[in-house]
Amino acid sequence: MNRTYTLGLIAIAASLLSACTTSLPSKADLDQFTQDIVARSFRAEGQAKLDRLSPDEDNRLCAESEQTGVALDAKVAEAIEARNMATIKPPSDGKFLGDWKEGEKIAQSGAGKTWTDKEGSVNGGNCYNCHQISKEELSYGTLGPSLYHYGKLRGVTNPDSAESKPIVEYTWGKIQNARAYNACSNMPRFAHKGILTETQIKNVMALLLDPASPVNK
Amino acid sequence: MTHRFNGLQKLALALGFVSLSTAAFAQKSSADSIAEYRAMLQDGNPADLFEAKGEDLWKQKRGPKNASLEQCDLGKGPGVVKGAWVELPRYFPDTRRVQDVESRLLTCMQDLQGFNAEDIAKTPFGKGEQNNVTAIATWISAESKGMKFNLSQSHLEERKMYEAGKRLFFMRGGSHDFACATCHSQDDKRIRLQDLPNLTKNPGAGNGFGAWPAYRVSNGQMWGMQLRLNDCYRQQRFPFPLFASDATIALGVYMGVNGQGGEAIAPAIKR
Repeated sequence: MNRTYTLGLIAIAASLLSACTTSLPSKADLDQFTQDIVARSFRAEGQAKLDRLSPDEDNRLCAESEQTGVALDAKVAEAIEARNMATIKPPSDGKFLGDWKEGEKIAQSGAGKTWTDKEGSVNGGNCYNCHQISKEELSYGTLGPSLYHYGKLRGVTNPDSAESKPIVEYTWGKIQNARAYNACSNMPRFAHKGILTETQIKNVMALLLDPASPVNK
Repeated sequence: MTHRFNGLQKLALALGFVSLSTAAFAQKSSADSIAEYRAMLQDGNPADLFEAKGEDLWKQKRGPKNASLEQCDLGKGPGVVKGAWVELPRYFPDTRRVQDVESRLLTCMQDLQGFNAEDIAKTPFGKGEQNNVTAIATWISAESKGMKFNLSQSHLEERKMYEAGKRLFFMRGGSHDFACATCHSQDDKRIRLQDLPNLTKNPGAGNGFGAWPAYRVSNGQMWGMQLRLNDCYRQQRFPFPLFASDATIALGVYMGVNGQGGEAIAPAIKR
């Protein structure tokens, strides 16, 4: 009786001990565990194919930093920015600004690239989802900074002038590929990822920089 | 019944109000107005109807085995519904999986009633047995209304799923490089006028996770957490997450554990 009792206690103690000492797998094993889950949890639907799950190196590094709370090494961040900077192309005809009225439509639209959007349909820029832009549109998001008076605040009175050139070029680059300036920016890479066409980007440029645009009134 | 009709009438009024005066809403402070409008709807949440349907379905003999779900083990023993939802997702020894309420219902519908869980998982939202899963989940969540989230992290698989959920939450992908974290890892942010809960900690995690299943006023549908996550991934421009997949469950563990101690308000009413 006594012996059974003792053995029972030992068994309970052993199971408790193993429960307490069952520690988490290593970070690398948990990364692999997650990748295995990703691999079996999704299917392609419409234009949203499974290749969208394979992060490029920039996304992998930024996600890792954001998940762990450990800031990217300055050299790594610089390398991400340099890689993305290399994707930026100047406008094919040398003209940076299009039509601000068209730009406003693009800024309003959040369409495109989801599995319910028809492949090849016109994409929007999603701009108002995250930014205040014109004063008239009250339904704007706050994930990004306000862009109201974007050109005016930067002293752009003539976008074609030599003194406006740096800000015009910077804005062009930022819309094309925001991660050239901020390694882990949350802003989509509109040209690099084929979200907006060159013409569309020019129109958004005009919305922000044309002195006639309501943004600068 | 009179009460419900009153509620639906208020709902119709509120819908008219929203479409007519979006601008006024924005000027007033969107958050205040939306809170006001939701409060107006609270006593007439159409989720009540889904809840009642779910309770009936739980007790009804159905499926090839002509059995009810009354012996379904949601984690607190066969048939125990009260308080089960605030402890989900959790590890289940019989399936050796961490499961959320919807994936657990698939298990019970297969084991007890003889349905084919895989077929239900493949059924589009809003169709056939999927509607029943949503209704039953709605009732189960309502049975924990007002309780505090208390997810177990004692089993190794539960802790591994939290870690996977965290990694999934921060995973950037798709055409737009979006992660869940892009919209849901900061306080006091919004998309357009919609407030975004910070799901990495309370109160956002408890509020966000604890609200679904919820009735969506904008499309007149009842949405479970599986559909809520599915639509997040759609907007993230990711591929389609499979119903009851481990990715969705891991995210549930991540949000639920982050929301520990938060109050369960499901089934809620949403824009």
